Amino acid sequence: MEHRLDRERPGDGPGQWVLLCYRVPREPSAPRIAIWRKLKRLGVAQLGDGLVALPADARTREQLEWVAEDVTEAGGSAGVWLARPAALAQERELATAMAAARAAEYAAVAAEAAAARNAGDAARAAALRRLRAELRRIARRDYFPPAAREQAHAAVEALAGPHDGRKDAVLAGRDAAAAGGAGEHS
Amino acid sequence: MRWATRAGVHIDRAACAWLIRRFIDPDAEFVFVADPAEIPAGATAFDIRGAGLSHHGSDCSFETILRRYELTDPVLWRIAQIVHEADLDDQQYDAPEAPGFDVALRGLSMICVDERVLELTGPLFDGLYEYCKRATLLGREPA
Repeated sequence: MEHRLDRERPGDGPGQWVLLCYRVPREPSAPRIAIWRKLKRLGVAQLGDGLVALPADARTREQLEWVAEDVTEAGGSAGVWLARPAALAQERELATAMAAARAAEYAAVAAEAAAARNAGDAARAAALRRLRAELRRIARRDYFPPAAREQAHAAVEALAGPHDGRKDAVLAGRDAAAAGGAGEHS
Repeated sequence: MRWATRAGVHIDRAACAWLIRRFIDPDAEFVFVADPAEIPAGATAFDIRGAGLSHHGSDCSFETILRRYELTDPVLWRIAQIVHEADLDDQQYDAPEAPGFDVALRGLSMICVDERVLELTGPLFDGLYEYCKRATLLGREPA
């Protein structure tokens, strides 16, 4: 798996991360769950209990600031910090975990696309629209794109246009190669 | 009146500035700050942490301002859906225009200072308002 850590930074040291440390009251649960969902949508790395991180840029910083505001409104406490991992290895570990989380999401999309491949035209078009949107959402929280991204995009785009047996053959070949065995598709 | 917001303007702040100048305060003067502590005394802050006119619950700042100033124009609420999705992308509304606006604003913010972004996006939002108004009146996409 390949990771990119191509953020602007001087030298080769670890990059800057934006951290949210927060504590939300257990009850009522609705705001706590809403906050958890927002963090999940942002694709944060979980550093510990009530401590999450994203690679720092103007956008990620703003996003975590809004979540901090939600935490405060829910009667909790929150702080937003800018920090640098002390060692490159630690940063790589974070990036690898985040890439693996995204890879699982991409794999799920690829599997759904494969399942829709032989559906009727209308169902395939609907799956294409839905999965393209899903890929856009995943891309927004994909800071270290894994190889599974390309596979998911290829599988979704194969749903475009009229049903094409040749595309199936190409994808079946790719699936077979990825599985390391023989793939069979009608 | 003076209004302050976070520097590095994107869709929500650009739309809020347009909304403020067009519907709330025609003489609005905008100040951009890096930190809430730099908000000048007497200025009304928006879309910055700690300000009343910011994100609230699931609302983005544009929606918060519409509520706070009791702006009920359905055209503005349609624009609010587009701004909300461009800013938050949480699928609360159906706004296919949103990804385009998001990219346009992000690109502008890369090549322009905040004041210039507001100058350029003013006519864009005026046009969006007119488009949404005609769409609302016609009940379908205007020509």
